[in-house]
Amino acid sequence: MAHDHGHSAPHHHGGDHDHGSDLAPVEARVRALESLLVEKGYVDPAALDALVEMYETKVGPHLGARVVARAWVDPAYRERLLADATPAIAELGIGGRGGEHMVVVENTPETHNMVVCTLCSCYPWPVLGLPPVWYKAPAYRARAVIDPRGVLEEFGVALPATTRIAVWDSTAETRFMVLPMRPAGTEGLTEEALASLVTRDAMIGTGLALAPGGKSKP
Amino acid sequence: MTAPEPQSPFAAPWEAQVFALVVALQEAGLFTWSEWADALGRTIRPEGEGEQAADYGCWLQTLERLLAERGVADAARLDALTAAWQRAAHATPHGQPILLANDPAGAA
Repeated sequence: MAHDHGHSAPHHHGGDHDHGSDLAPVEARVRALESLLVEKGYVDPAALDALVEMYETKVGPHLGARVVARAWVDPAYRERLLADATPAIAELGIGGRGGEHMVVVENTPETHNMVVCTLCSCYPWPVLGLPPVWYKAPAYRARAVIDPRGVLEEFGVALPATTRIAVWDSTAETRFMVLPMRPAGTEGLTEEALASLVTRDAMIGTGLALAPGGKSKP
Repeated sequence: MTAPEPQSPFAAPWEAQVFALVVALQEAGLFTWSEWADALGRTIRPEGEGEQAADYGCWLQTLERLLAERGVADAARLDALTAAWQRAAHATPHGQPILLANDPAGAA
């Protein structure tokens, strides 16, 4: 912004000159699109604001973490979650757009699961919020499928050679979430404390749940 | 901007607006999520170029194309409104909200 000043000579003459505001081209374009759609009655500005607020402040990985923690402490819930995830997640009051058909895949010592969207950036919004930048990048889309072990190493996750890696391709219809393994040494923890160990990446499958001390466990 | 959390999923306000528009239009029935994913998948694979990130710039491009295809918003009208917003911005003193009504040409 600062480079806007200092080019033109006449800008120290008081408040009545044409020193206005600037909109970046993309900002002006989006405003144009929005004003046109409002004018035509397709969208309501208040509803747009509410949507933004919801995804900025309410929806995020802390919701998925609650689901994982519940599955860790309640075997019957875990079974319902793995059998039919959408209603099981709804039991905790979590659901909505982008989560109409959720599938939860469970990590075990034998199988590690990892989620990608090879087409674009489909992601389970109700439990994880909106995807991180790397999830939407071509490098991840391509390499998650070709070389998942290499991708995991870049994320600092080294799995035993005997652990099989399964890669799941999320689509607009079916969106996957990983149920990570419960870390060792967490037997006495409350459900809430357990949830705090569950990271976004652990539920995408590019990370593991944290150890109680706060460090990632192997 | 030093606090690591909570982090906005949007890098700029316009990204949030594009996201909200797409969700609202999908809910208004203008397209299904499958149609959206297919269209976005085409945008990020431009002919003769490498695959791109599915970022909000691609969302904007995809949305414009879908709206043009469905006869909701044509490019000429959008260009005119974009110019009107730029004029409104130039006519708005720093620090005050930019409103389309501030366009001195009043074209909108």
